[in-house]
Amino acid sequence: MKAETRERILLQGGTVIDPQKLSTRRADVLVIAGRIEQVETRISATEATEVLDCRDKHIAPGFVDIHCHLREPGREDEETIASGAAAALAGGFTRVCPMPNTEPAIDTEAQVRFEIRRAAEAGFARVHPIGCCTKGRQGQELAEIGSMVDAGAVAFSDDGSPVADPQVMRRVLEYAKAFDVPVISHCEVKELVDGIANEGKVSTRLGLKSGPDVAESAQAARDVLLAEFTRARLHIAHVSARATVDVIRWAKERGVQVTAETCPHYFTLTEEALADFDANYKVNPPLRTEADRQALIAGLADGTIDAIATDHAPHLKGEKDAEFDAAPPGIIGFETAFSLGYEQLVLGKALSLADYIARLTVVPRRILNLPPVAVAAGSEAELVVLDLKAEWEYTADRVLSLSRNSPFLGRTMRGRVTTALLGDRLFRF
Amino acid sequence: MKLKSRHLLGIDGLDRSEILTILDQARTFREVLDRSIPIVPALRGRTVVNLFYEASTRTSTSFSLAASRLSCGCVNFSKATSSVSKGETLLDTARNIEAMGVDGIIIRHQSPGAPHFLSRHVKAFVVNAGDGAHEHPTQALLDAFTLREKLGSLDGKRILIVGDIAHSRVARSNLLCFTKLGAKVAVCGPPTMIPPGVEEYGCEVFYRLDRILQEVDVVNMLRVQQERITSSSFPTVREYRALYGLTAERLRTLAPDVVVTHPGPVNWGVEMDFEVADFNRTLVLPQVTNGVAVRMAVLFLLAGGDAQPEKADG
Repeated sequence: MKAETRERILLQGGTVIDPQKLSTRRADVLVIAGRIEQVETRISATEATEVLDCRDKHIAPGFVDIHCHLREPGREDEETIASGAAAALAGGFTRVCPMPNTEPAIDTEAQVRFEIRRAAEAGFARVHPIGCCTKGRQGQELAEIGSMVDAGAVAFSDDGSPVADPQVMRRVLEYAKAFDVPVISHCEVKELVDGIANEGKVSTRLGLKSGPDVAESAQAARDVLLAEFTRARLHIAHVSARATVDVIRWAKERGVQVTAETCPHYFTLTEEALADFDANYKVNPPLRTEADRQALIAGLADGTIDAIATDHAPHLKGEKDAEFDAAPPGIIGFETAFSLGYEQLVLGKALSLADYIARLTVVPRRILNLPPVAVAAGSEAELVVLDLKAEWEYTADRVLSLSRNSPFLGRTMRGRVTTALLGDRLFRF
Repeated sequence: MKLKSRHLLGIDGLDRSEILTILDQARTFREVLDRSIPIVPALRGRTVVNLFYEASTRTSTSFSLAASRLSCGCVNFSKATSSVSKGETLLDTARNIEAMGVDGIIIRHQSPGAPHFLSRHVKAFVVNAGDGAHEHPTQALLDAFTLREKLGSLDGKRILIVGDIAHSRVARSNLLCFTKLGAKVAVCGPPTMIPPGVEEYGCEVFYRLDRILQEVDVVNMLRVQQERITSSSFPTVREYRALYGLTAERLRTLAPDVVVTHPGPVNWGVEMDFEVADFNRTLVLPQVTNGVAVRMAVLFLLAGGDAQPEKADG
């Protein structure tokens, strides 16, 4: 993927989305030397050296992915920071937050700096690392959260090895308050889980080892109560269950500082997809029931669930081409997230277009304390162009990630990201 | 009539008429087994492999015998002596075996769906000989065959499956098979062994054996996995036997024509008392004999054999 560097770029004839004010308006956007110079109803093309025809297109700030896996260091065969950041950009994400479950885990200042530097060298999406909350993701001793914050880490989590000991979780939440950073909880009571499929009628029919939704919601209940007690900031990762949505709604009503995300596969698919034992549908937490799916959409609509994240989790074809139990869980998501959300949430009439874009931009920025962006004069250019009328087939040959583990291959997608602009660098997809 | 699928992956996916096709074919082969020379040349020149990732002497022997009675070659692959211990994947193993030239793969695997996965990647036909807690279709077919021999049709018959329904592939395949053949099925076990949504099979659920035992025509006992004790599915073997065992006392309370089946191997003294072995309506050994005939029918129909075995004989 190559960038074209342009001094004066005019995005002409498009509709600008303002996810801050939840509004849209017809406007041309002039970018000079990487900064937005003007946003006006009509700007003359003579102002620019490059004119992008944005008629029938929308212009939005670049998306922020609060939850992904870039696999570097350790599993550079599955993904590198460079390949992941390129795939992210092609999906409209100009900033991504990789989880620290690499090999070794990201639990020191030097490793945080390494990730940021690698992303800067690649020059695609920017990386804001999530650091471990305990050393080595072991759930025992606090990691050097303060030093990692200084190095650029924006949140803390032990990801898929959630902190089991409530005393350690309490200390993590308390300690993180000093830096006003969120602690991200992958809610899963491991003792309740035998295997990665939703426990219910489908796992019964297929004989799959499974885990119940209460493995997620019970941990979420514990963590929101600990967050209330410590008055700390908690963010719940990849909400998949209706009961978890209810727990978060209840916590928010009590004034707990809790935010939450869900992922496109959870509001698009259900456990019924496992019928053929295709490991590309294996993901943790697992796909659940239609009632759960509807509850997630309702939770997004009423604001209980704040953000949309990808949980982009690359795995090799050889690893996924296996019997269900043997395959690792995870779905790549950067390049499909926008389209799936547009289809399910906007065309599905759960969110307005501007509100949907907010869940990918201003909301994750607010959770992560990133500076707000706008498509407005004076801002650095960090924006994407969207073609909402596009219908396109998601095929393996267009995937930029090093991995291809998506259950959506072959699906007809609605709406796509056509262009990204990072400063004076233009990317066309 | 042929089967619609090239593979036998489960009872799920078979319709009633296909089940009956297999059972009718099995009846023909059952007669062959009673002959002085119990062999037919129906699949001469063909080869199948027993790909068993879980130890199971009975099922693999039954398939081997079924193949040899059809003059079909059969080789045994066991996990212990293969490269599986060196990290070879299932797909690797299957493709290598297929490259050596086999017509069919009979697979037993601890992972549900492993036969389905395999069937998408090999040209050989695949027979599911048990996949995790999912299905064990030939067990269901041989149970149905045995019950039909004894009871005639299963239409309207009341069948009770007792034991660890949650972790049993036999329970799932039997629920599907018996229901498709018109039986009314109930399951019984402690709530810790009843999986969620089991009523989707159209069965009734009982937690106490004595509330239903006297009402049924067939008692299908399941083997208790002793390791379930450690996972807190039930407190002790003693209490399991007392609550869910087919004890000598319970045997005496059964209705006069009731028959008892068990997929084997039986934990005598746990799910069934030793007295059940001598009970004249216990079908455990006929089940084993019929298993060979049913597996002959499955291999024959999947290998595309079309000769009438009676005529082909001798």
